[in-house]
Amino acid sequence: MNVIEHGRGKPPLDPHLKALENEAIHIFREVAAEFERPVMLYSVGKDSSVLLHLALKAFHPGKLPFPLVHIDTGWKFPEMIAFRDAVVAKHGLELIAHTNPDGVRDQVSPFSHGSSRYTDIMKTRALKQALDIGRYDAAFGGARRDEEASRAKERIYSFRTPDHAWDPRNQRPELWSIYNGMIHAGESVRAFPLSNWTEVDIWRYIQAESIELVPLYFAQRRRIVERDDMMILAEDKRLELLPGEQVREEMIRFRTLGCFPLTGAVRSDAATLDDIIAELEIATVSERQGRAIDRDQSGSMEKKKREGYF
Amino acid sequence: MSYQSLSLNSEPVEAGNDTLPHEETVARQARPLRFITCGSVDDGKSTLIGRLLWDTKAVKEDQAATLRRQSTGKQNDLGLPDFAMLLDGLQAEREQGITIDVAYRYFATARRSFIVADTPGHVQYTRNMATGASTADLAVLLVDARSGILEQTRRHATIAALMGIRQFVLAVNKIDLAQYDEAGFNAIARTFREIALSLGVCQITAIPVSALKGENIVLRGDDEMPWYSGPTLVEVLENATQRTGQTTGFRLPVQRVSRPGEGFRGYQGTVAGGSIKPGDSVVVLPSGVEANVKAIVTYDLVRNAAVHGDAITLVLDRPVDVARGDMIAAIDQRPLTGRAFTARLVALSADGIVPAKRYWLKAGTRRQRVLVRPTSTLDLATGNWDDSHVVPVNCIGVVELDFEELAIFDPYETNRDTGSFILIDPETLNTVAGGMIDGKRSKPGRFDTLPDADRATITLPARLLEAFLKTEFARAHAGEIRITGG
Ligand SMILES: Nc1nc2c(ncn2[C@@H]2O[C@H](COP(=O)(O)OP(=O)(O)O)[C@@H](O)[C@H]2O)c(=O)[nH]1
Repeated sequence: MNVIEHGRGKPPLDPHLKALENEAIHIFREVAAEFERPVMLYSVGKDSSVLLHLALKAFHPGKLPFPLVHIDTGWKFPEMIAFRDAVVAKHGLELIAHTNPDGVRDQVSPFSHGSSRYTDIMKTRALKQALDIGRYDAAFGGARRDEEASRAKERIYSFRTPDHAWDPRNQRPELWSIYNGMIHAGESVRAFPLSNWTEVDIWRYIQAESIELVPLYFAQRRRIVERDDMMILAEDKRLELLPGEQVREEMIRFRTLGCFPLTGAVRSDAATLDDIIAELEIATVSERQGRAIDRDQSGSMEKKKREGYF
Repeated sequence: MSYQSLSLNSEPVEAGNDTLPHEETVARQARPLRFITCGSVDDGKSTLIGRLLWDTKAVKEDQAATLRRQSTGKQNDLGLPDFAMLLDGLQAEREQGITIDVAYRYFATARRSFIVADTPGHVQYTRNMATGASTADLAVLLVDARSGILEQTRRHATIAALMGIRQFVLAVNKIDLAQYDEAGFNAIARTFREIALSLGVCQITAIPVSALKGENIVLRGDDEMPWYSGPTLVEVLENATQRTGQTTGFRLPVQRVSRPGEGFRGYQGTVAGGSIKPGDSVVVLPSGVEANVKAIVTYDLVRNAAVHGDAITLVLDRPVDVARGDMIAAIDQRPLTGRAFTARLVALSADGIVPAKRYWLKAGTRRQRVLVRPTSTLDLATGNWDDSHVVPVNCIGVVELDFEELAIFDPYETNRDTGSFILIDPETLNTVAGGMIDGKRSKPGRFDTLPDADRATITLPARLLEAFLKTEFARAHAGEIRITGG
């Protein structure tokens, strides 16, 4: 059968992206129908932007039947916060921004406490606090199985104990596209509609659907300083230069966005979506390479997940 | 030879990269193909998958670097890293050196993208294989060219066929260790073909491969195997077919009712069979109320039609009572509705499936109470069904299902989406079984069957009759064939 989609003046998605989109919408609707208090974790990055776009599609013509939670460590790129607020206003979303008050009180920073402790306090613990405060029983996240080896076995409904722990040996088998949404009081699931997407899929979908992104994803001359083999953006006054370090300008962009002191830029001339996709098709380095948190120790992602990190 | 110079990923002047036609890589003309790999321990499954990821450049340089660090001293004689390390995601498993769950891997060629369900070949393999196979359209079965078809191969093939996979690839691996022997390969391929045919699988491709050397996986192995003119593994995968779900009429399991304002009422769900367009007549089940389709709403405005797999919002032409768990179906091609069904299932949890216990059954979006009564289990070694009142973990059994309220299904043979279900233990809330509907029961213990005139007649000599009746194929088609002794 020949299916014609009209409206919005864009060509239909290719069958590959359409299949991924259909699956994600199915997951959104299933979770929204089966859980009492769903929430979406919104990190402002490209995967979150795709996730939000898919959610808007899933519940159209209605509004999102759940709020968004953003874990704001206080060390995000300022452009991310501006972008987040603009998106929330544009779509009339309910956004809950949460920062760990203990971390604020103790002045926890990536510089003073090291990336592991900082991540634990300002991200992992902050996330648990936000989920506990909202008593959410399901949280959507934008994780993909192709991101990292320990994610390859992640379920679409990732089951969590009352203290948010993930036990890799105690996950429910998932057959067909039938998801088991039954849980006891206090338990919860993390639901991953983008499980089967790859990085290239994300970019091609962003292009096909004209999804807006934080400008940091596109190459531009920016001020950076080199530290621990990473190029860190040197715009925030809280970044103190160490002896021997110098600020210089480079043509760079970011492949993932997080806290600016822990997120490395890549040298790139890719200033448009076309450029980025072309760059990716021949890329030889995976996107997580820019993240300090994954390199701390072998199997570190799995360890963080057991402790409740997303 | 150094690792670097062999790596297709890091070769500085890799001709392929610069000449990749981008138009082709950007628009893929098919949905991702989902397949499963199965083999016994040490047949080379990890090496094969690693090879697929490597030769299609799905492995990035930093991952390769981690791999190189971790596999120091474990490199094979070609200087390649230990591919199994690339695949093993979980720390505990890495420590024990085993894989105990289903992992999903992604790679793509210019023509198509692929999702591999990587399942272990030993412990709990039935459970894990069933999980991986449930969404797969094709199975790659791996054997060692030196040992040929093992009992394990037969088991894997049986489970794959039972889960509805209708395309098999036999990868005869380590052909380099069998002196690239053509006659040996042909003998293995012949034996396998007989097994597959007895399971009702007709699309079979056997390929001599060396996963380690990368022969006939992505690149051809003509130098060593000039006698082989068939396709490479990737060529078979690129050309594999996918189910279109068109064998049943329109099916929409309702996920949720959307009522954003007074004026709008839409039924949201994913089309699980057939197709639909405005003006079509539908029936809402289980209520049986009939209506016509007024519009198909999506975010991209109104569509003129929707097909299997599409996530849509359906608007009907009159106010009817529809709730989550209902099914909207084609008026002239309805699914089966009833309170008694027969099914096959795979027991997934340690307790197995016990007699006359009540479970939650979830099929599509519908969740209801069910009483489950096992009647037999499959002996994977012989292919026979033996009487049994329990289905132990990692076993496959036939069960009778009795519902308090109407249940709605298609036979799994005709529609995987509307013929499948999971069982949930009411106490632990764990998923304890994955099941496939065979048909409706009208009386206790009996199938709904076709009238004799509509059945295919098979005549067999008496000595074969009994063996045939015990096969998977005969069971699956019990209602459609009439068997006479010759
Ligand atoms: N010579 C040769 N060795 C192979 C081939 N494929 C795998 N191996 C070796 O066989 C052993 C077992 O392979 P592995 O992939 O770990 O098997 P798995 O247990 O099925 O995942 C390893 O030492 C591999 O290097 C092949 O095609 N030729």
